[in-house]
Amino acid sequence: MKYLDEYRDHRIARALAAEIVQRTTRPWVLMEICGGQTHTIMRYGIDELLPRDIELVHGPGCPVCVTPLETVDKAIALALQPDVILVSYGDMLRVPGSRSDLFRAKAQGADVRIAYSPTEAVKIARLNPDRKVVFLAIGFETTAPANAMAAWQARREGLTNFSMLVSHVLVPPAIRALMVSQTNRVQGFIAPGHVCTVMGCKEYEDLVRDFRIPIVVGGFEPVDILEAVLMLVRQLEAGEARMENQYVRSVSYQGNLPAQKIVAEVFEIAHQKWRGIGLIPQSGLRLREEYAAFDASRVFDLGELTVAEPAECISAQILQGLKKPTDCPAFGIRCTPENPLGAPMVSSEGACAAYYHYRRHRVAS
Amino acid sequence: MPAKTIVELSCPAPLTAKDTILLGHGSGGKLSAELIRDIFLPAFQNPVLARLDDQAIVNVNGQRLAITTDSFVVKPLFFPGGDIGSLAVHGTVNDLAMGGATPLFLSAAFIIEEGFSMDDLRRVVSSLRQAAAEAGVQVVTGDTKVVEKGKGDGLFINTTGIGIVPEGIELSADRARPGDKVLLSGPIGDHGIAILAQREGLEFETKIQSDSAALHTLVAAMLGVTSNVTLDIRCMRDPTRGGVSSTLNEIAERSQVGIELEERSLPIHEEVRGACELLGLDPLYVANEGKLIAIVAPEGADAVLQAMKRHPLGAEAVVIGTVKKENPGLVTMRTPLGTTRIVDMLAGDQLPRIC
Amino acid sequence: MCLAIPGKILEIQEAGPLRSARVQFGGIVRQVSLDFVPEAGLGDYVVVHVGFAISRIDASEAERTYQLLEEMGALEAELPPAE
Repeated sequence: MKYLDEYRDHRIARALAAEIVQRTTRPWVLMEICGGQTHTIMRYGIDELLPRDIELVHGPGCPVCVTPLETVDKAIALALQPDVILVSYGDMLRVPGSRSDLFRAKAQGADVRIAYSPTEAVKIARLNPDRKVVFLAIGFETTAPANAMAAWQARREGLTNFSMLVSHVLVPPAIRALMVSQTNRVQGFIAPGHVCTVMGCKEYEDLVRDFRIPIVVGGFEPVDILEAVLMLVRQLEAGEARMENQYVRSVSYQGNLPAQKIVAEVFEIAHQKWRGIGLIPQSGLRLREEYAAFDASRVFDLGELTVAEPAECISAQILQGLKKPTDCPAFGIRCTPENPLGAPMVSSEGACAAYYHYRRHRVAS
Repeated sequence: MPAKTIVELSCPAPLTAKDTILLGHGSGGKLSAELIRDIFLPAFQNPVLARLDDQAIVNVNGQRLAITTDSFVVKPLFFPGGDIGSLAVHGTVNDLAMGGATPLFLSAAFIIEEGFSMDDLRRVVSSLRQAAAEAGVQVVTGDTKVVEKGKGDGLFINTTGIGIVPEGIELSADRARPGDKVLLSGPIGDHGIAILAQREGLEFETKIQSDSAALHTLVAAMLGVTSNVTLDIRCMRDPTRGGVSSTLNEIAERSQVGIELEERSLPIHEEVRGACELLGLDPLYVANEGKLIAIVAPEGADAVLQAMKRHPLGAEAVVIGTVKKENPGLVTMRTPLGTTRIVDMLAGDQLPRIC
Repeated sequence: MCLAIPGKILEIQEAGPLRSARVQFGGIVRQVSLDFVPEAGLGDYVVVHVGFAISRIDASEAERTYQLLEEMGALEAELPPAE
C-alpha cells in the first residue's frame, strides 16, 4: 500500500537507527505524545533499535484512555435507558467505568452499536425516529472535525432524536501541563502527526518558544518515528530547540482550514478533565450554545455521578510519562486486558496494553 | 519487576469477566478458554476431553472414531464465498480432518426463528446438501426446533461429525517439539474480512470471498507423503475464530514450547490488508474457514509443504515459523525490522478502532 | 491516537454542498467524505480518519523527502548487517 509500505522499509529503518546511535552522546528523554506512535514503537520494537541513552516515554495521546470515568459511566447509564441507542467507536466498548463497561451494558440488553464513522450515527438516528440516538463523541483534534460534522448535519436535517455525549481533548494544553509540572523529565516531544494534519504547526511553535524544548511533528510508521527521533537528537545534541515537521506528506504549517472552520462553528474551548491526570484548563471542546439541543449532557438529566478509580492503577503517572507500565505492581497480574484496572490496559494504543500485547516476554524474565 | 508492597484494591472492585456471559466468551480467545477451563472441563472431566483437540478420538471395538460438534451462528447468513449451510459442513468436516480422520457422517440440527423465510431455508439446505456431497459425507440424522420471533437470530445450525482415524495417525496439539516447522496452507483472514465487509455501519467494497472449504483431501495428501506420519506431522489445526494467533497460542501452551513466526512470510491478500489497516485490525486474529496450520518435524517439512502446494487448497502454502525451546507457552514474531514481539491471544473479539 | 491511513481517490461524487469519493485502500474501496479537502482530485492520495479525508498527500513533497531516506537505506544495505 503506497505511503505505508515504504515507511516500513527495514533498510531505511536500520540506517536511521544507525545514524541515531552515531549522533547520540548523552542520555535524552523523549516523549511521543500519541498512543498510535506508542503502538508502532511496541509493535515494531523500535526502542530495541535505539541506543540505551535514548529513553522513550509514552504520552497521554490516547483518547480512549483519557476520557473521564464520569463520561464512561454516563454513556453506560444512557445506553441502559430503554429508548436509547448508544453509538460508539469500537475502542470505547471495553473501557472500564466505575462498575461496568459498554460491553456489559450490551449483555444486559442495552442497544449499543459500533460505528466506524460519526455519519453512521446520524444515519442510525434518521432511520430510527422513535428512538433516541446518542453518539459518544470522543477524540482529539483529529476526530473533532468529523464529530462536528455529525452535529452540523443533524442540525441541518432538523433531527430531534440525535445527541452527542462529548469528550474532546486538545494536545497543546496537555503538553503545557506536562512542562510546568515539577516532575517533568521530557527533553523533546514527537508531536502527533494526525492532530497536526488538522490543526497545523503554529501551536507547537508557541510551545517551543515558551519552554525552549524541541518538538518534531511525526508520522506513525516505523521510518517516520525513527526519523523524528533522529531530528530531535540532532537538535538536542546541538543545543537547539526548534519546531520541525517530519510528517510533511500530510502536515502543512496552517493545517486543514475547512476542518478547523467546522470545529470552531460547532465546538468551543472549555476546561476538560483527563482520566488519570485531572482537570487541565482550556484543554477540551464542548458543543456551542447553538448546538445545545444536540448535547446529551443537557438533553438528558443524568445527575451527578460519583466515581472512583481503583487505587492501584498508576495510569496517572504512565500518561504523564513518569512511569512505564512495567513499573506498576499490578501489571500483567491483577491488571490485564481481560480484567483491566485502568483504561490504558484496554485501548489498543494505551501504553499498558501495548506493553502487554507485544512485550510480556521481556517483562517476565 | 521491582519488588513493591501490594496495595489493597479500593472500592469499586475491578470488573471481572466472571459475572455474566459476554460476546467475548464465544470469540475463541482468552475468555472462551477461561470458560472451558472453569465451567466445562471440571464438569465433564475425562481423559478424551482433556486433550482439548478439535475432535475427540475414541476407541470402539478396536476402531478409532473421531467425533466433533460445532454450532454455526453467522451474520449475514449468506456471504460472498458461502453461507451458513456450506459453513456448517466445512467447519465440522475440518475439525474431523485436523485429527487425521476420514469424515463419514454428519448430523444437522436447525434452530429456526419464527417468521424465517422458507425460501432462505431452502437455499441453506440446498447449499448444505451440496457441500456434504462435495465433501463425500452423508447427513444421516437431524433435528428441527422453532423458537419464538425475537428469540433467535434467523437461523442457527449445529452439525456433529463422525469419522474414522486410520491406523498410525496421532495428531495432537501437545506434540510440537523445538525445531519443528510451522506450515500454513494459504493467505489468512479472508473469511473474517468477507463477513465484516457486510456488517451494518462498516460496509466497504471488496472482491474478497470467504475461504470456506472442506480440507480433508488436503490433509489426506499431506499424510500421504510422510514416511512416518507419527514422527513427521505433529499436529494440525484450522485457525477459525481467533485466527492464526489463537491457534498457535493454544499449541504453544499445550506443548509447552515457544513458537516464532517470521512476519514477512505471512501470506495476506491485499483486500484483507486494506481492511485491516483501515479498521485497525490485526490479520493474525481474523477468522479463516478453509486454512490449516501444520506443525511438522524438520525432516518432513519440505515433503509436506510440496504436497500441500500440489493441492488446490494449499497452492499458496508457506512455512511461517519455527518451534523453539525458548519462551514456552508464548508465540513471538520477528518483525521486518529484525526485532521480536509477542503475538498474544486476545481477550475477546477484535473491534474496529479509530485510535 | 487517531488511526488515519492513505488511500487513492477512484471516483468523486457531488451531492449539493457535500462531496464524497470512492477511495481505495489496498484491495478494498470505501466511501469517504471529501468535505475537508476541496483541493483533492481524481487519482490523489488522501489521509482518511473515521471516514473523512483530513489531508491530500503532497506527492512531490513525499517523493522528495522519501528520496533522501531511500538514499540512506541504500547506503545501509551495502554495509554488513549490524550485530
